[in-house]
Amino acid sequence: MKEKILKSPEFRAIVRSKNAISIFLTVVELFIYFGFILLLAYGKELLNQKIYGPITAGIPIGIGVIVLSWILTGIYVTWANKSYDDNVAKVREKLGGE
Amino acid sequence: MLETTIGQPTLTAIIFFFLFVAATLYITYWAAKRTRTTAEFYAAGRSITGFQNGLALAGDYMSAASFLGIAGLVALKGYDGLIYSVGFLVGWPIVMFLIAEQLRNLGKYTFADVVAYRLKQRPIRTAAATGALITVLLYLIAQMVGAGSLIKLLFGLPYEIAVVIVGALMIAYVLFGGMLATTWVQIIKAVLLLGGATILVFLILIKFGFNYVDLFSTVTDKYGEKMLQPGGLVKNPIDTISLGIALMFGTAGLPHILMRFYTVPDAKEARKSVFYATGFIGYFYILTFTIGFGAAALVGHEIISKIDKGGNMAAPLLAEALGGEIFLGFLAAVAFATILAVVAGLTLAGASAVSHDIYVGVIRRGKADEKQEVRAAKIATLVLGVLAILLGIAFKGQNVAFMVGLAFAIAASANFPALLMSIFWKKFTTQGAICSIYSGLALSVILIILSPTVWVDILKNPQPIFPLKSPAIVSFFAAFIVGIVVSLLTREKEAEEKFEAEKIRSYIGIGAE
Repeated sequence: MKEKILKSPEFRAIVRSKNAISIFLTVVELFIYFGFILLLAYGKELLNQKIYGPITAGIPIGIGVIVLSWILTGIYVTWANKSYDDNVAKVREKLGGE
Repeated sequence: MLETTIGQPTLTAIIFFFLFVAATLYITYWAAKRTRTTAEFYAAGRSITGFQNGLALAGDYMSAASFLGIAGLVALKGYDGLIYSVGFLVGWPIVMFLIAEQLRNLGKYTFADVVAYRLKQRPIRTAAATGALITVLLYLIAQMVGAGSLIKLLFGLPYEIAVVIVGALMIAYVLFGGMLATTWVQIIKAVLLLGGATILVFLILIKFGFNYVDLFSTVTDKYGEKMLQPGGLVKNPIDTISLGIALMFGTAGLPHILMRFYTVPDAKEARKSVFYATGFIGYFYILTFTIGFGAAALVGHEIISKIDKGGNMAAPLLAEALGGEIFLGFLAAVAFATILAVVAGLTLAGASAVSHDIYVGVIRRGKADEKQEVRAAKIATLVLGVLAILLGIAFKGQNVAFMVGLAFAIAASANFPALLMSIFWKKFTTQGAICSIYSGLALSVILIILSPTVWVDILKNPQPIFPLKSPAIVSFFAAFIVGIVVSLLTREKEAEEKFEAEKIRSYIGIGAE
């Protein structure tokens, strides 16, 4: 039974797609956060630039890191709820694993 | 405006406090009747929904330090407070993408279950539980000391009495109500905290006609444009990156956070709970940013730092200025609830490392029945709770701020690398895991002792031996390198063979408990 699941192309596709999207989103999050830190260290002029009244560019950028992080988790959940769960259900049904 | 009832036990504060205690103790009584088996004690019978767990995770994570502390930091330093909040949020996506679902599918009650899944049980459980326990204890001491000082500031209660009250309530929740009571205490706290902060922000915005430009202008007119610019927090970029690594990957290695994923029925709910938690926590940090600026504009630096140098009373002072004594009393009780929810989660996580991993896994070699294990878990809860009270009193007046940083560094260096490699890497071996955990742990502790925060600030030496405040940039990568090198040198055929079978459970949840 286990062998059958492991060898099935559907199961391999599930593992591949989940790893791909997890790693991709992790790398995006790392870029966003460590990009923000590097901006704090080397891009102060940009962050200190006023964009509207007294509001500096740093404010929407900082809040943006928080909001973007949340959006990324939303993207993952949406993907997983739609495509991943369906594929998992198909494999479980097809191979009769419960 | 110098008139304030902060520091006095006002009638409203006492009423709100007793309402909260009565409600939570009733929940504990209700939960106690539903807490008999191990799955019920450690994991609330896996009956919590994704949304509820999202709130509970937020309640577990948002400490009084992040409410009162960050609001104060923003009030006094402006933008730097936001940098701090960002660091505490960015770990959550990592939890979601790399850990949450696999942890739920592979483990039972602790993250050591996952690390030990295909490796040798006893040495791995000893190592993983050591990492978990040290993380929990450091975090717990910092919370207890913070609780004692904050409650003293808020209500004027003596420090020791505050610590004993917090400790006694936390023991009661966990000992009798297990994870079910802890979860609902955390949910109630999260709702109160998010609600209280929302009302406070609403009251601020009424004053400024819902115009953030007016709010920010008032602050920059008073304290200069530097309030909206990054200031002294980022002096050394390497140190900031190091702290960033600790916060980001530490979140994904905190035992009390990881444990919460076992309370939901399956991986789908686990994943949903991270989405809700990240949303709630992010929203909360945006609120505290506004609260900090509101306090700077409407209360002012002079009064805030006069009451407490660190700025911890910025939010309560603002609450009193805008909502009077009643709102202040409410918010003070919320701060109390906040502390209780966090320490209860920590105590349960610590107790499970002792009873599930050390007692049942190592001493009894996995052979203990339900009754014995629940009993062991309750004894561990009691011992850990009393220890937390004693340590909280022992560390009175000590500088414990570094302990939270150290807890995150250890979580990122000892717990997270071993957990990640055990999930994703086929050739990970028992020896590799043990060496990775202990080297991450040892390096975090040794380097923080030699760092400016302990070596200079606490031990009063003139020069630090290790130049960075956060050790994670060394200890995090070292734990991975040690884990990889040792695993490659010590092949473990059995573990490799089990990896394929583990995949079925990890990815599609067949066989998950």
